[in-house]
Amino acid sequence: MSGATPMLELRGLRKSFGDEVVLDGIDLSVASGEVLVVLGPSGCGKSTLLRCAVGLEPLDSGEVLVDGNLISATARDASLRQRVGMVFQSYDLFPNRTVLGNVTLSPMVVQHRSRSDAEEQAHSLLDRVGLWDKRDSYPSTLSGGQRQRVAICRALAMRPEVLLLDEVTAALDPEMVREVLDVVIDLADGGLTMMIVTHEMRFAEAVADRVVMLDQGHIAETSDDPPAFFRDPATPRARAFLSTFDYRRRSGRASGSLTKE
Amino acid sequence: MGGAEILFQGETISRLLSGLMVTIRISLVSVAISIPVGVVVGIAMSSRHLLVRAVLRAILEFVRVMPQLVLLYVVFFGSATAFGLDLSGEAASVIVFSLWGAAELGDLVRGALASIPPIQYDSAYVLGLSRMQTFVHIILPQALARLMPPTMNLVSRMVKTTSLCMLIGVVELIRVGQQIIDFNRFQYPTGALWVYLAIFVMYFLVCWPLSIASRRLERRWAA
Repeated sequence: MSGATPMLELRGLRKSFGDEVVLDGIDLSVASGEVLVVLGPSGCGKSTLLRCAVGLEPLDSGEVLVDGNLISATARDASLRQRVGMVFQSYDLFPNRTVLGNVTLSPMVVQHRSRSDAEEQAHSLLDRVGLWDKRDSYPSTLSGGQRQRVAICRALAMRPEVLLLDEVTAALDPEMVREVLDVVIDLADGGLTMMIVTHEMRFAEAVADRVVMLDQGHIAETSDDPPAFFRDPATPRARAFLSTFDYRRRSGRASGSLTKE
Repeated sequence: MGGAEILFQGETISRLLSGLMVTIRISLVSVAISIPVGVVVGIAMSSRHLLVRAVLRAILEFVRVMPQLVLLYVVFFGSATAFGLDLSGEAASVIVFSLWGAAELGDLVRGALASIPPIQYDSAYVLGLSRMQTFVHIILPQALARLMPPTMNLVSRMVKTTSLCMLIGVVELIRVGQQIIDFNRFQYPTGALWVYLAIFVMYFLVCWPLSIASRRLERRWAA
């Protein structure tokens, strides 16, 4: 971050639901090409943070800037919404459209690009995630991992400057997590700016340029050195959180069996 | 079991078919009116305006709770008494069935719209679609797909319920059957059974394809 304008900047985000303060003044920025991973326990406000950044939740106060341009907190204009893409946890593909129809919808309807242009782009995106063969399938016939890969293509089709991923593998079977996360790592290698919320710690460590840990609406710890963060977090809060992913190896089975002889 | 000859004498079958045509005409015209009106009512019932919702809900419940026969009497005789209108029985029937269809469909459309998961709206928003674009490209097509089976069901209920129209003088299938039976009472005393059997077959041939279509669509859109 050499003083250049951050691609995505969140300033003093505050958000409450009723009496519950979910985001209590969050300042964060993501540089162009940077991959920021947001970690934290359930209910710490991670998802709300992404939803606020993309404009799905109105802010109580604070600002969201994309490439230095202020994006109003509510009812943002379609041209601004296109600059930030998002993929959700649950399968959110449009069931009434084919894979290709899902990927080309926004380019054609919102960006008024020609069908051939939209399909050409969809071709290269779907090829990249290995799903061009499935272009005429409906979402209901795809596996969870395939759907999430299509959802990523759909988000990328509008050429966003930043992509937000909200626990994109949380609803997947373990063997499908990999196929999705490999795509994300590939995108990171391609220089896409991303802000990722995940519970996959090994993936977080592999993909992150920077890690932020959120706790009770505050940033508990930030680290520019993910391997160090995962090995030896600076704050007790982060240490406690990371330790929830470790299991103590129980001390072997007592000799002999449980059955009485 | 004699009496089957009643079906083959004179114009029995062709008269029954003309009665069936009246039945189908009332149903088709009513369905053709109900569908667009019902979709608009359903969208309006999903509105955020409490008053709009309350008024529509009241009308809908009224139309649904009233027996169709009472509605037919109210429209047929009421229009004459209150407004001095001379509606034909068929016109009154179409009005009643369109009202009924629009009310039922309105509620089906409302239910279908409400059943679309919020994530669909979120995804569309994030992709930059306007509210109108979201509705046209995402929400409505999904709602309509879910609506096909119950709509088919409604149409076949409507076809069957048009038999009530004979009570305000419409000469539809059942009424034609009764005329034939009455006319031949002495020549074919046991003819009634055969006439009703023919009527049964005719209703069946109209409603059965609807129920097949409904089942097909249900399976196709199950996922």
